[in-house]
Amino acid sequence: MSPRLHAAKVGVRRGWHEFVIGLRSPQDQGFYVGMGLGALALMWFNRDETFEGTPLTLPQVALPSLLAGIVMFAIVVGPAYALALEREDGTLLRSRVAPYGLHGYLIGVGTLTVVSLLPLLMIVLGGSALLFTDAVSADASRWALVVVTLLLGILANLPLGFAIGALVRRIQQVTTWGMLPIIGLAWISGIFGSMAGLWDWVQILAQVFPMYWLGHLMRYAFLPEAAVAGELYTAWRIGPGIAVLVAWTVLGSVLATVLVRRMARRQSGAAVAEARDQAAHQLVR
Amino acid sequence: MRYGDHDVLSGIDLDVHRGEVVVLLGPNGAGKTTTVEILEGFRRPSAGSVEVLGVDPLLADEAWRARVGVVLQSWRDHARWTPRDLLDHLGLYYIPFTTSHRPRPVPTAELIDLVGLDEAADQRIMTLSGGQRRRLDVAVGIVGRPELLFLDEPTAGFDPQARREFHDLVHRLTDLEGTTVLLTTHDLAEAEKLSDRILILAGGRIVADGSPDALALQIRASAEVRWTQEGQRFVHAAADATAFVRQLLADHPHGIEDLEVRRASLEDTYLELVRSHLDGEVAHAPVGLAGKDG
Repeated sequence: MSPRLHAAKVGVRRGWHEFVIGLRSPQDQGFYVGMGLGALALMWFNRDETFEGTPLTLPQVALPSLLAGIVMFAIVVGPAYALALEREDGTLLRSRVAPYGLHGYLIGVGTLTVVSLLPLLMIVLGGSALLFTDAVSADASRWALVVVTLLLGILANLPLGFAIGALVRRIQQVTTWGMLPIIGLAWISGIFGSMAGLWDWVQILAQVFPMYWLGHLMRYAFLPEAAVAGELYTAWRIGPGIAVLVAWTVLGSVLATVLVRRMARRQSGAAVAEARDQAAHQLVR
Repeated sequence: MRYGDHDVLSGIDLDVHRGEVVVLLGPNGAGKTTTVEILEGFRRPSAGSVEVLGVDPLLADEAWRARVGVVLQSWRDHARWTPRDLLDHLGLYYIPFTTSHRPRPVPTAELIDLVGLDEAADQRIMTLSGGQRRRLDVAVGIVGRPELLFLDEPTAGFDPQARREFHDLVHRLTDLEGTTVLLTTHDLAEAEKLSDRILILAGGRIVADGSPDALALQIRASAEVRWTQEGQRFVHAAADATAFVRQLLADHPHGIEDLEVRRASLEDTYLELVRSHLDGEVAHAPVGLAGKDG
């Protein structure tokens, strides 16, 4: 086995180990369970509401968007925070000392991000399947589509998270450059409601990003055929959706690789010490 | 090496030979860390050429990384891991680089024993004391059984006991494994104890280079003679104090009082050397105290 491939396997184990450490932490557990249950509760209380004059119930409409939102948010913000934080605390530098250590580290961050998403997804999907029988179909081909779409969504968004993590200078900037754009993107991508009222150019802009397509494919997988009336151009565009997600995966990976390499090269013990001093200074103040 | 227009390091000429323990000694801000980071390949020098294990560290491949050990100062990285898990994990990266001479990695149990981290091996790293953390840093540095090991201020924050144990560890590494060690410190006694060769760095330059013995001999040769004559205080620095005093008393059979000869300690001279360089009085400082003896 090539040392590079070997390091990738070490990275996967690293991500898994960090996930297991997180499982032992009540804080991490509380986050997954709380988020999942919160979302289920919100849908439960509105289970009889119908959505904007359609025959669809609110859980039916909300579930695909919710899944798309969770994937996008977790997959982008996870690596962005990890990179920003672990660059300052010296984890990244330590990984650079080992042969192919940076490679393994990055795969570890990716693994942790994806694996951490699973409990939340399982709570939301499993809970919905039990509580809202109209929202989740029992059809196996629909489920296959859900899994493929989730997978594509993860792959398309992961590089974005790494790119943001590599670009920000301080961890606080992850909120500015990571969280806020995603909330904005969710807003214009029809995650929080219909896109019908948005300006044309905003609708077009939204279709450049993976989030819109993730939501679109999710709705296709979960909603009845007639729901196509609520989509842009009143059409299910499965081929273009998959193409955009694949394109983001490929182009995003190239971009993220360049940015992360550049960022890692700039790390030195002195840079870590400086971050430490600044953190200490902030504590004192 | 420069930051902006300010040269942090200049004229560093440094050859380190296999199996040597070289200590970079200097006050804070002398450029020790910068020098080490350039050699580790973590920093680009603004000019000059660097070769470590036969290659430019900036262009070095991952196989080169496997041969080099770096002891970093831990802060809060891997806070929730245990030392045993972290050493296990980091060791895995070295498996493809094992050779018959250097089986890699060093087994975790052996490492933990070597650095004396037994009782803390299964604690979370965030609960370790400063000294235990430093031992872990050293263990991480040598997990790949390096041929060349960089240690930047390894004993900062150690108590005397831990310091002694650390010195033993460095000796064991060089004796048993033939590891070449480059270590920085601002502790003169430590430099004297550990090194085959000391380089004194001040103001971004090497101001002295030699074996501890040669350095000590050279530096200790000077002494300070103080006396009072007709109510006036005199101070004279003399290379040969005995001859100077003999002459002084011969010239003035009466009137010399409060005669005092004080041999400059290694520490005094080191401080003097550093001070004069920081003040920019480079010209009359004792450059090249002893020949390179590798």
